[in-house]
Amino acid sequence: MGNVLKIILQRLALGLLTLLIVSIVIFVAVNLLPGDFAQSILGQGATPEAVASIRADLGLDQPPVTRYFQWLGGVLQGDLGTSFAQANFASFTGTDSGATTVAQQIAPRFANTMFLAMVTAAIAVPFSIMLGVLAALYRNTVFDRATNIFTLSSISSPEFFLAYILILFLAVLNPIFPSLSNIFEGMAFSERLEKSMLPALTLTLVVTAHMMRMTRAAIINLLASPYIEMARLKGLSPMRVIVKHALPNALAPIINVIALNLAYLITGVVVVEVVFVYPGIGQLFVDSVKIRDIPVVQACCLIFATAFILLNLTADIMSILSNPRLRHPK
Amino acid sequence: MHGISRRGLLKTGVAAGVLGLSGMPLRAQTRGGKLTAGLSGANTSDSWDGRTHSDLFMIASAQGAVFDSLTEIAADGSLKGELAESWEASADAKTWTFNLRQGVTFHNGKSFGADDVIESLQLHVAEGAKSAAQPIVAAITEMTKITDNQVQFTLASGNADFPYLMSDYHLLMYPAGQTEEAIAQGIGTGLYQVQSFDPGVRMVATRYPDHYKGDGAGFFDEIEYIAINDNTARMNALMTGQVDAINRIDFKTEALLRANPALRIQEVTGNQQYTFPMLTDTAPFNDVNVRRALKYGINRQEMVDKILLGHGAVGNDTPIGPANQYYAADMEQLEYDPDQSKFYLQQAGLDSLDIDLSASNAAFEGAVDAAQLFQASASAGGININVVQEPSDGYWSNVWLKKPFCACYWSGRATEDWMFSTAYEAGVPWNDSQWDEKDSARFQELLLTARAELDSDKRRDQYAEMQQILRDDGGVLVPMFANYVQAVNNRISSPDTVGNLWQMDNARMAERWSVA
Repeated sequence: MGNVLKIILQRLALGLLTLLIVSIVIFVAVNLLPGDFAQSILGQGATPEAVASIRADLGLDQPPVTRYFQWLGGVLQGDLGTSFAQANFASFTGTDSGATTVAQQIAPRFANTMFLAMVTAAIAVPFSIMLGVLAALYRNTVFDRATNIFTLSSISSPEFFLAYILILFLAVLNPIFPSLSNIFEGMAFSERLEKSMLPALTLTLVVTAHMMRMTRAAIINLLASPYIEMARLKGLSPMRVIVKHALPNALAPIINVIALNLAYLITGVVVVEVVFVYPGIGQLFVDSVKIRDIPVVQACCLIFATAFILLNLTADIMSILSNPRLRHPK
Repeated sequence: MHGISRRGLLKTGVAAGVLGLSGMPLRAQTRGGKLTAGLSGANTSDSWDGRTHSDLFMIASAQGAVFDSLTEIAADGSLKGELAESWEASADAKTWTFNLRQGVTFHNGKSFGADDVIESLQLHVAEGAKSAAQPIVAAITEMTKITDNQVQFTLASGNADFPYLMSDYHLLMYPAGQTEEAIAQGIGTGLYQVQSFDPGVRMVATRYPDHYKGDGAGFFDEIEYIAINDNTARMNALMTGQVDAINRIDFKTEALLRANPALRIQEVTGNQQYTFPMLTDTAPFNDVNVRRALKYGINRQEMVDKILLGHGAVGNDTPIGPANQYYAADMEQLEYDPDQSKFYLQQAGLDSLDIDLSASNAAFEGAVDAAQLFQASASAGGININVVQEPSDGYWSNVWLKKPFCACYWSGRATEDWMFSTAYEAGVPWNDSQWDEKDSARFQELLLTARAELDSDKRRDQYAEMQQILRDDGGVLVPMFANYVQAVNNRISSPDTVGNLWQMDNARMAERWSVA
C-alpha cells in the first residue's frame, strides 16, 4: 500500500505543476485575445479616457508579468481575487464593501454544475454499464449492432445538435421536460431535477458510448479466459457468467473510463449549459471570457484542470487497487 | 395624448402630470398574474448602477420596473412626467424648473424629494465615473433645490429638449445618502420591488403596493426576467411556453413563430440604424464628391431585403428616423445609381476609387454580408471596395472611430438634438465621421440654434435643413433602419401602440402589459 501512497503523492505534485502551467497558458491566451476588460465592458462607449480610467482602477495598466504574479501570489494564499466586473462596479460606488469575490461568485455556479454532473452520472453510469453488459451478452446480434450505432452516432454528433434534437422531441413536440433549465437557489429538489433533465440526458448521450463500449470490450476480452469456460461448463447461465464472473475482473478499465467521463461532465458542460441556459460554471466561464474577466476565467480553468487531474488520479488509483498484479509489483 | 401638442407639453408640462396619473388604459387591463420574459443583453457584470446600463436586460429591469426617472417617453413617442409632475422653461430654454411628484416613497420607505434628484444626477459627473449619460449632466451648470419638491437646473446653453434628456435610461433616481445601498440592493421608486437578482441569470420583482402610478400601470403581481442570450434557447423557451415574451427575434426563424397561433409578433420601426461612417478628415473621404459617389453606389433596398429580410426601412443618410418628431419624410430618397457614382468620381478628379471597408458582425448582425453587397453594387460605379473582415473582439476600440471607413450601428435617440449632439456635433467623442466645423459650418450653426428654439415650426424647418445637409454632404451612410421584432404569447395582452425607441415597448413591458 505504501507504493500506492507514493504514487498518489507523486501525482499530486505533478498535478500542482500542471495547474501552474495551465494558469500561465490561460493567462497568456486571454491576454492575446484582442480587446481587454475595459474595452469590452464599455463597448461602443470606449472613449480613450474611460478605458484608461478603468484600466488604472483595475491595475490593467501594469505589465502582464506583474499582473500574473500578483494574481499567483493571491492564489497561493487562497485568495482567487475579485472579478473585474465586481471590482469595476465597486470603483463606481467608491467602496469595495459590496463586491463579491471570485470564490463567492463561483461557488453557487459550481454547485449547480456538480448537481448536473451528479444527475447525469446517476443516469449515465448504470445505463451504459447495463448496455455494455447486454451488448456483450448478445454480441454480434441486431441488439448489439443497434446499440453500437446509436451510441456511436450520439457521441459523434456535436453536443448542441443533440441538445436541439432532445428539445425538439421532448420539449416542443411532446412537452415532457422544460427546454429552459433556469434553476435557482431555493427551488424544490423535484423541480430542480425536472429542469435539469434535458441537459443531463444530452450529456448522457455524449458520455454513454465511451463507457458502454469499454464495458463491452473488457467483458468480451475475458470471455475467452479458461475460468469463464469453466463457469460455462459448470452450466451457469450466460447472464450469470458475465455479471458474476467476467464483470468483476473487467472493472479496472471500466472504472478508468467512468472517471474520465465524470471529469468531462464537469469540464465539458460549457456548450450544454449555454443551450439550456443552465446557470452553471460553464456559462459563467463563457460570459467571463466574453468580457475578458481574467480572474474569473483563471479560477474556472483551475477548477476544470483540478477536476481533470483528480479524477484521472482516481482512475489510476482505482485500477491499481482493483488489480492485484499492479498492487504488488515484482 | 391627442389634442395636446408636444410643444405645449414642453413649454409648461403641467398637463403631463394629469396624463401620467390618468394612465389612459387602451383597453380594460386587469391587475394580477405574472409576466415571465426571456431577455437577451444580460451579463454577469450587470448591476443596479444606471451608469453602466447599455443593454435590454438591465434597462427593462431598472428603468422598466424597479427605478424611475424624472420623465418618461410614452409608447406613442410623447413625453410625460414620471417622478416630475410638471416643468417650466425660461424663454431662452436655459433655466428649467421641475416640480416633483409628492408623496412618492422609495421601496425602503424613504420619501422622494429634491435632494434625491440632485444626488442621483451628480453620480454621473462624479470624479472617475464612467457614465454614458455624463454629457447630459455635464451640460447642467447648476442644480438648485428650491423646495423639497422643486428643483431648478441651469444649463450652459439653451436646450429645448432638456425634459426629454431626463428620460434617459441611465438617469435613474436613487435615495439620497443611501445610493450605495440602493445600487447594491435595487431600491428605487418603480412599480416593482426587487425580490431577487442574480446578475446574468435572473431578476424577480413584485408589484409595490400603493404605487403613485395607481391602477393605470404595472398590472402584474410579479415579474420574472430570465437572461437568455442564446437566440435559439430564447425561441425554444417561448415556443414551449416557459416564458411569455422574448426580445430580438432571429429574422431567419421569424416565419416559424408567425405560424404558431398561440404567439404574436410585435414589429416596430424605430430609430435603430445600421450605418457606414467615413472619417471626413481623412483622404479620400475629405472630398464631398467621393462621399456622394459612395452614397449613390449603395443599393439600400437590396440591403433591407437581404440583410434585414424585409424587417426595416431604407435610410437616407440621416440618423433621424421615422420615430423622430421632425423626421423629414418628404425629403427625396437617395437611390442606387452607378452613373451618378461615376459622375461624382469625375468631379473628384478620379476614374476609379479603391478603398477599404472594415466590417465585423460586432457592428451589427450581417455587417460583413452588407459590406459585400455594398462592394458588389459599388463596383458598377467604378468604386472598388475591399472588404476587410475585422475581429469582433475589441471592434469598438480598435476599428470604429479609427479606421477611415467601417460598419457601425446606432440605437437612435428620442430627439433630433440628442442624436445630433451625440454623434454629429463637432468635437464630441462619438462623432464617428469627424464631421466638424470646417466641413459643416452651416450644420453646426443650425444645431445650436435649433437646440434653444422653443417654436416648433421654426425648429421643424431647421431640422429639415440639417437632414438635407447630411443627406447631400454628410459623412455617414445610413442605408437602413432595422425594426425591433419581438414575440409575445397570447396569455399576455399588450396595448395597440408599442413603443419604438427600444425593444420590448421601450423596455417598459412590466409597466404597460397585462395578463389577457
